[in-house]
Amino acid sequence: MAMVTADPQDVPKVASFAFSAANLEKAKALMAQYPAGRQASAVIALLYIAQEQAGGWLPRVAMDHVAQVLEMAPIRVYEVASFYTMFNLKPVGKHHLQVCTTTPCWLRGSDAVLKACQDAAHCDVGEVSADGLFSIVEVECLGACVNAPMLQINNSEFYEDLDANSTRALIESLRRGEKPSMGTQVSRQTSAPIGGPTTLKSQPAKG
Amino acid sequence: MPKMTIDGVEIEVPAGITVLQACELAGREIPRFCYHERLSIAGNCRMCLVEQEKAPKPIASCAMPVAEGMVIKTDTPVVQKARKGVMEFLLINHPLDCPICDQGGECDLQDQAMGYGFDKSRYHENKRAVPDKNLGPLIKTSMNRCIHCTRCIRFATEVAGVEELGATGRGEHMEVTNYVSRALTSEMSGNMIDLCPVGALTSKPYEFAARPWELRKTESIDVLDAVGSNIRIDARGAEVMRVLPRLHEEINEEWISDKTRFACDGLKRQRLDRPYIRRNGKLEPATWGDALTAVAWKLRGASADRVAALSGDLADVEAQYALKELLAGMGVRNIDCRQDGAKLDPSNRAGYLFNSTIAGIDQADVILLVGTDPRHEAPIVNSRIRRRWLTGALTVASIGPLANPTYGVTALGMSPAMLQNLGGFADKLKNAKNPMIIVGMGALTREDGAAVLAQARQVAEACNVVREGWNGFNVLHTAGGRVGGLDVGFVPGEGGRDRDGILAAAQAGEMDVIYLLGADEIDMAKLGKAFVVYQGHHGDAGAHRADVVLPGAAYTEKDAIYVNTEGRVQLARRAVQPPGEAREDWAIVRALSEVINNKLPFDTLAQLRAGLVAANPVFAGIDRIKSAAWGSFGAQGAVADRPFATTVRNFYMTDPISRASPTMARCTAEILGGQTLAAAE
Repeated sequence: MAMVTADPQDVPKVASFAFSAANLEKAKALMAQYPAGRQASAVIALLYIAQEQAGGWLPRVAMDHVAQVLEMAPIRVYEVASFYTMFNLKPVGKHHLQVCTTTPCWLRGSDAVLKACQDAAHCDVGEVSADGLFSIVEVECLGACVNAPMLQINNSEFYEDLDANSTRALIESLRRGEKPSMGTQVSRQTSAPIGGPTTLKSQPAKG
Repeated sequence: MPKMTIDGVEIEVPAGITVLQACELAGREIPRFCYHERLSIAGNCRMCLVEQEKAPKPIASCAMPVAEGMVIKTDTPVVQKARKGVMEFLLINHPLDCPICDQGGECDLQDQAMGYGFDKSRYHENKRAVPDKNLGPLIKTSMNRCIHCTRCIRFATEVAGVEELGATGRGEHMEVTNYVSRALTSEMSGNMIDLCPVGALTSKPYEFAARPWELRKTESIDVLDAVGSNIRIDARGAEVMRVLPRLHEEINEEWISDKTRFACDGLKRQRLDRPYIRRNGKLEPATWGDALTAVAWKLRGASADRVAALSGDLADVEAQYALKELLAGMGVRNIDCRQDGAKLDPSNRAGYLFNSTIAGIDQADVILLVGTDPRHEAPIVNSRIRRRWLTGALTVASIGPLANPTYGVTALGMSPAMLQNLGGFADKLKNAKNPMIIVGMGALTREDGAAVLAQARQVAEACNVVREGWNGFNVLHTAGGRVGGLDVGFVPGEGGRDRDGILAAAQAGEMDVIYLLGADEIDMAKLGKAFVVYQGHHGDAGAHRADVVLPGAAYTEKDAIYVNTEGRVQLARRAVQPPGEAREDWAIVRALSEVINNKLPFDTLAQLRAGLVAANPVFAGIDRIKSAAWGSFGAQGAVADRPFATTVRNFYMTDPISRASPTMARCTAEILGGQTLAAAE
């Protein structure tokens, strides 16, 4: 796990940050979900928006801006952002590969998936590739164990039922700028059995 | 009142307290790191585990409220084992660097490890390494030692009112930090050093300076602001090593401001350690005899109405009394202790005291600040206001400039005209149970200060702020010696000139001799051609202008009486000897009186104090507050429509001691300089 430390010196300096008009609108809507004076409760959601806008990571100015919008002390925002591992305090690649290596995925071959990521993306865990396209982290369970092994890219894209080859193909297609289809990478419907249903094939008998 | 049993003894305790507090009431000491009486409860160190009957496992006593019929055991094998377990975990990542740790000898962890620690470690992995943080020029960090009690975070957030510290990361990666690597902007940050139960936060100026058992401890009081915080002076040999707070519930509780704590290194610099006489435009070292003769010669040769005296912010009561007696004997009436030109009315004590008392803030529900900025004039008072404000029962409004108050303030305006135009706020004062008006030096150190004072009094009377059993009219002083000066009557006699009059006369060449008793904050250029005698302890503005310098003692070097802004008479005690040939101030005046052939009627400090008490019985009651009777004060007159000014521009440098302090200079550069940088960004 990447060490979270105070204001890492190797982080590029970002001069300023402010929500775009659309994102500010989103932020206001989120804040309105909480009673007046309790708008700080929206901090995680706002940090998420800020992270997306800032390119997948949170420079300090972005956290300061969130603090300002929510009228809370900046340190309280830093605390939240550094507590949750899905907030990145250092720059990440355009495609941030989050490989699950928790037990179910590991039993199903996440070592091979991780190795394939490193080979195809040309970077190591915790690093950003030289072309800036990819970065890799190991993460804990993302809740898609039925389709293990899996990896998540950026905020919401799950790719499941991976092996070394399909992972490599996935990364190559991302490199070409394509949009690979999300979800399982083998032939099955969501998490239904591979090759079609194995039970409940017929209508139950009536009566 | 729930009844509970603690270690087999039945005890009745107040409802709502915690098990830990109940155990203390029962005389049982519970070890703790995170729990602190004056901070919120965190419950994260787990050191205070006790056994509760019918509970499946030991409970954290600091976070458990008492209940009827509880049975608590504080000294069973289970408790011992649990605490030993906690201690072992705390020590896993704590470095074994006690021999080079400044906390050594006064460390909670060290002490409690004696009771609950193992003699060896079962942990063979690498210890956690945490980068040290930059918290500014006052606090040195050694974050490997941090046990994450979060006392510093809670202090900054709750008491100091600057939310700048927090815990980033989580689990093993949790770090206490300000994240931005910039100096803390609190005037109270030094207290975190005291709060830290380990050596993670230690004093930067005191770094590797001394061990606690080498120090001679003297209980005294602080005079660098008018609060009169109770302090302990730790000295080694002839040197004051550090200043720590001493508990006084009605004044500073257990906090002191950073100036009180860290300005003490100014006591070693710029000191006047021998008399000087100006010859051919240059100050040259002289003997006491020559210096006193030179002064006596001038004093005797001048006519009484061409002699004046001003006393400074740090002047003690005895010296002011002695000098006043000496000059009165010579018929001199031009004396004033209000060197800042405050138009305080010495005729009525209620008109220059903080009548509600500092502890009274805890009852206040409406406060009107008039030309005062408590955060920078008296941080201790400010933290009381903040605590009261946090309860939600207090409304604060201000007339005059306020820099970053640590509580919500309604700005009513900037100029004194607002006093007569309070609008709805007047009703708030009227309807409040315990209303307070706090008048600061920003309102009184103006030409129309007396009229402003009278208007403030009228507001107090009209809004019923002074009532049976409650006097809500308060003056917040900025100088530790001022109330004492007013109480001894170091003010112009019948027909005498006040500060403005003295300076104007001096500028016009109508003054022959001006005696400055530690007065440095006046415009020396206005003294004209007068012969200036400076009696004080630092080579500051006064000594530079002086024709004769009489070296006195600083507040750590004399037994002296000071009166704080509440009118509380307190004793400062000598912790070290004055440097070189410097002497206690009253003794200098006494010696001078002999040379003048006008010998003062006391040979000892005790005799002087007896005279003092005879002159004003207030001085008999040490650490007691005598409430002052209400009366008329101030003067009617026109009030200029000019905004109130800030009196304390640089909190860290307000007097000769703090101006000479390298630590205060660093604070000015890094904290105040940093703030301007941040504002400019």
